[in-house]
Amino acid sequence: MAKYKMHMLVCGGTGCHASDSDMLFENLKKEVQDNNLENDVQVIATGCFGFCEKGPIVKVIPDNTFYVQVTPNDAKEIVAEHAIKGRAVKRLLYTDPVKKEQIPDSKHMGFYKKQLRIALRNCGMIDPENINEYLAADGYEAMGKVLLEMTPEETIKEVMDSGLRGRGGGGFPTGLKWQIASKNHADQKYVVCNADEGDPGAFMDRSILEGDPHSVLEAMVINGYCIAATKGLIYIRAEYPLAIHRLKIAIDQAREYGLLGKDILGSGFDFDVEIRYGAGAFVCGEETALIHSMEGERGEPTFKPPFPAQSGYQGKPTNVNNVETYANIPVIITKGAKWFASIGTEKSKGTKVFALAGKINNVGLIEVPMGITLREVIFEIGGGIQGGKKFKAVQTGGPSGGCLTEKHLDTPIDFDNLLAVGSMMGSGGMIVMDEDDCMVAVAKFYLEFTVEESCGKCSPCRIGNKRLHEQLDIISKGNATEKDLDNLKNLSNVIKDTSLCGLGQTSPNPVLSTMENFWDEYLAHVNEKRCPSGVCKDLIRYEVIAENCVGCTACARNCPVNCIAGERKQVHIIDQSLCIKCGACLEKCKFNAIAVI
Amino acid sequence: MTSVKLKLKDSDVQKLKEIAHSFNNEAGELINVLHKSQEHFGYLPAEVQEVVAEELNIPVAKVYGVVTFYSFFTMLPRGRYPISICTGTACYVRGAEKVLDEFKRILKVPVGETTADGKFSITCLRCVGACGLAPVVMVGDKTYGRVTTDGVKDILKEYENEE
Repeated sequence: MAKYKMHMLVCGGTGCHASDSDMLFENLKKEVQDNNLENDVQVIATGCFGFCEKGPIVKVIPDNTFYVQVTPNDAKEIVAEHAIKGRAVKRLLYTDPVKKEQIPDSKHMGFYKKQLRIALRNCGMIDPENINEYLAADGYEAMGKVLLEMTPEETIKEVMDSGLRGRGGGGFPTGLKWQIASKNHADQKYVVCNADEGDPGAFMDRSILEGDPHSVLEAMVINGYCIAATKGLIYIRAEYPLAIHRLKIAIDQAREYGLLGKDILGSGFDFDVEIRYGAGAFVCGEETALIHSMEGERGEPTFKPPFPAQSGYQGKPTNVNNVETYANIPVIITKGAKWFASIGTEKSKGTKVFALAGKINNVGLIEVPMGITLREVIFEIGGGIQGGKKFKAVQTGGPSGGCLTEKHLDTPIDFDNLLAVGSMMGSGGMIVMDEDDCMVAVAKFYLEFTVEESCGKCSPCRIGNKRLHEQLDIISKGNATEKDLDNLKNLSNVIKDTSLCGLGQTSPNPVLSTMENFWDEYLAHVNEKRCPSGVCKDLIRYEVIAENCVGCTACARNCPVNCIAGERKQVHIIDQSLCIKCGACLEKCKFNAIAVI
Repeated sequence: MTSVKLKLKDSDVQKLKEIAHSFNNEAGELINVLHKSQEHFGYLPAEVQEVVAEELNIPVAKVYGVVTFYSFFTMLPRGRYPISICTGTACYVRGAEKVLDEFKRILKVPVGETTADGKFSITCLRCVGACGLAPVVMVGDKTYGRVTTDGVKDILKEYENEE
């Protein structure tokens, strides 16, 4: 292989892809060629760097220069300045929002300082479409060690000792799951990778598959060896075309290198992987539902037991793990259980990947040790709230999780602590909300999701959630009484206690946690018929503040229903009977002359 | 769910048979067969489902049950420029609902339907994973990030002269 003096890593994840990073990649390659630098500078399209807020990202190795918001037109300057003259292009460097200083390399950015990347170790570092790069990063070393030097029992023990717990949301000990599956004997067993990432706002599994697909394949082989399964299936959302594409390439390359297929590395162990496509159903993240979906059925869950480890795909013992869980396995094997267990809290070991989104400055994908506080995540890594607004809540765990507030900011994050405060880890979505978000509306939004995604098999979930949604709708319209709030709470608890699967058992969490933490806001909707955040349309109206209005006509010109009247340089008036409360006037007014009342 | 009545051409039936055959006509491959069929036809009308059922030797009711269960499958044709608005949580808190309302207002069709000229259709989808660009709108394969209500007009304008 040629020895390059410089590597330019261009983010090729979905987020940056949507901002033309593919064209940027082509332009950089062309510039390198035009300047006859092909032997010195290598341009690589990698997986996600995580710093999606400022994408597309280009990182230059060896000096670690980190360029943000790079456009295809910047390629010429980067090559001319950085590759030829050795000077960083200053205007493309990241500027610290607090200190207002430019930060030349990623190691000193607040976003990366507190991160510890295990599952994401190769994302943004290697070309995911080239198996040699994964091999150069110690890829398939763990698999070799397991197949040639360790027994299945020893391997399972290593995973157990590491303390790794399922990263898909449940937090079940992975080693224990493997051990149970290994003890059930059958002529055929299956290993399934759950890549049906349905939690809106969480995109870590997609990023791992896009940025480091081989790590998942390697872990699946190890898993297969441990439980004596020779077939692996990856169940992936059809909405992730780029991840599917890279996964297919990885599978082909691994087969070609003899790392999948018959007699892997001469160990006598056979294992191969196939891809199965999801078709858009949140409930398919539940393992029994997922298995039914892979069998071509409606993805409805069934009662456990029997657990998939006893009777899963095609009625055979099946072990299902999530993408992020798998991505941790090779490192646990190469670095040892002891090392892994030294990271994290007492009962939650290792790291967790979180998708930071919402009203936060640094939207992106981060990986942090368990036990870090929400404050560190939101204010140090996440860079605080957008537009200098006030932090109100953070929603963790997706539609199954809860909203946490100011008072939870110093709670160390791990599986058990989040459960104790009424939320959950889930797959790691973290949606940050500010003072402009109404918690009743947020709860209603999540219930709308649950109602749509409930499979309809059990009545508490099918009917109960529908009723919850109706109740929330009534509250948001100002037609509820305090008695309705009691009913809401009761019904929530009934649904939790009686639903068949995890979806229904957790779907009232957004309601319960917002009621617990924002009771005043519910009371304001019910008693005062008022939405304190100015979100619920039926409880607000837009008014012109006469003393601020200069009569610029901006509001009237932008009103989609022409309900604002007023002459130039005269105070304008909103016709409340026609107003659709879209908020366009508020957005357009430069004089603070529109108020939400 | 309503459906459109149509008569399949012989070549279409042939294509469906080929798709089913490529999966060995196995009932367990139903979802894969439906994916391929929708790729080919753009949607899955009742007539297509009947052929699929026959080829895989399963009841049409089962095929219908699966088609209506999963949000990826549709029984209505999409527009030539299908507009998908991400209504995942990250996009929601950054104003996706207002963007959606603006599309509905301008195109005068509700979610899940297609304009009379067959040009645009509106659907909602849950998280494309580009949360850094929230709110996100997709038209066909093209992604638009940080869309504002004002930006809706501009997006539609891009397709003004397209057929």
